[in-house]
Amino acid sequence: MAHSRDEIREGLSDILEEVAGVNPDDVADGKSFTDDLDVDSLAMVEVVVAAEEKFGVKIPDDEVANLKTVGDAVSYIEKG
Amino acid sequence: MTGLGATTPLGGDVASTWEALVAGRSGVHLLEHEWAQELPCRIAAELAVEPSEVLPRVRLRRLDRSEQIALVAAQQAWDDAGLSDDLDKERLGVVFGSGIGGALTLLAQDDILEESGARKVSPFTVPMLMPNGPAAVVGLEFGAQAGVHAPTSACATSAEAISWAADMIRVGRADVVVAGGAEAVIGGLPMAGFSSMKAMSTRNDDPTHASRPWDRDRDGFVMGEGSGALILERRDHAEARGAKIYAVVAGSGLTSDGYDIVQPDPECRGGGRAMAAAIKQAGIDPKEIGHVNAHATSTPVGDMAEVKGIKRVVGDHVVLTATKSMTGHLLGGAGAVESIAAILAIVEGVIPPTINLDNPDPGLDLDVAANEARKVELNAALNTAFGFGGHNAALLFTKA
Repeated sequence: MAHSRDEIREGLSDILEEVAGVNPDDVADGKSFTDDLDVDSLAMVEVVVAAEEKFGVKIPDDEVANLKTVGDAVSYIEKG
Repeated sequence: MTGLGATTPLGGDVASTWEALVAGRSGVHLLEHEWAQELPCRIAAELAVEPSEVLPRVRLRRLDRSEQIALVAAQQAWDDAGLSDDLDKERLGVVFGSGIGGALTLLAQDDILEESGARKVSPFTVPMLMPNGPAAVVGLEFGAQAGVHAPTSACATSAEAISWAADMIRVGRADVVVAGGAEAVIGGLPMAGFSSMKAMSTRNDDPTHASRPWDRDRDGFVMGEGSGALILERRDHAEARGAKIYAVVAGSGLTSDGYDIVQPDPECRGGGRAMAAAIKQAGIDPKEIGHVNAHATSTPVGDMAEVKGIKRVVGDHVVLTATKSMTGHLLGGAGAVESIAAILAIVEGVIPPTINLDNPDPGLDLDVAANEARKVELNAALNTAFGFGGHNAALLFTKA
């Protein structure tokens, strides 16, 4: 099932709050996981695994490095 | 010693723990968890205050339970000592141990691996299960840079930690050291393992009376979980900032039995040498030691062996107590929590009772504060801790 960008962003926001304590108000496409949201590399692993489960997608490890911002992740998941 | 912190089966801090100790309350109860129902031992002393009531949620999920309680106890000790961020962090050390490490994390993540595959295993698994985890977490919290150490000597762990911490200060490596230990392994496998050794009490129908050091009817230890933390500080450093001083770590002794992996030496030779070393370092007459907070875990052999050692080395004038009768056995957290009890006994002039000592073992020929707290003026008190592997630690505290 395809998800809209808004749905994906909201789902990511829930995951970020759950695993890394990120305030949902701070989650926006332009925000960098590491620089703006303080999601370190270990927390990012948890975010990726939770996102795969939530959206039914595969995010290979070598792809994770390219997902610098929330928008990058939303776009990747949108493509499915 | 300028700061104390603890979270134990008797209370979420030092004050509530001490109040329960003096009142003679047991922290042991029947375990309701499903995993416990088929175990030979279904009783334990679980924490009075869950770490989730104290620490933020995201913090909790990245820390093993032993690390959570290490942090809780260390933060209390830090605050109690009145320390702040302006401390020279290059002169701040940490010595914090755990007997077993993050066993509950190891087991939980292994379940995830088996059920859901490697990709689902938490990326925090390794820092959560490593035995130096509690030390590392405490060190990071306060930015300690003089060295972060994690002694691991089973049930002697946190007494050994205090000894190392005192050494760090004595040799000039640090001005302030956060010392202590934490253990949280109340779970199926650890309890089954200790049960298979026949080390644990099976008095499941009477939990509060199960931990009964030196009593004729003792049948093994009761597992507890908890953490104790102490701030050790060079005296002139403490005085310069006007800190209150609880007591002085006048001497410490560490020895090993060279006898058996789990059986205590029935003559307590190694334990006795540790006590003698602490007394020698303190340079005091053993007669000045009025009280021993004994290791006494409620096991048949160990309890009486220790009495022999204390009588031989310290003398027959001391008043003993075994606070494990109330807290259960905190394993790697025991030495720190019991050192806090010994220190407060000096400060408050009260020795907490050994509860459940209804029919003393015929071999018990020393005075015990049995079943009721004892008011005594104390100038010095000893804490002992012995661990599987033949590790012995003795700590001698004197009035500030």
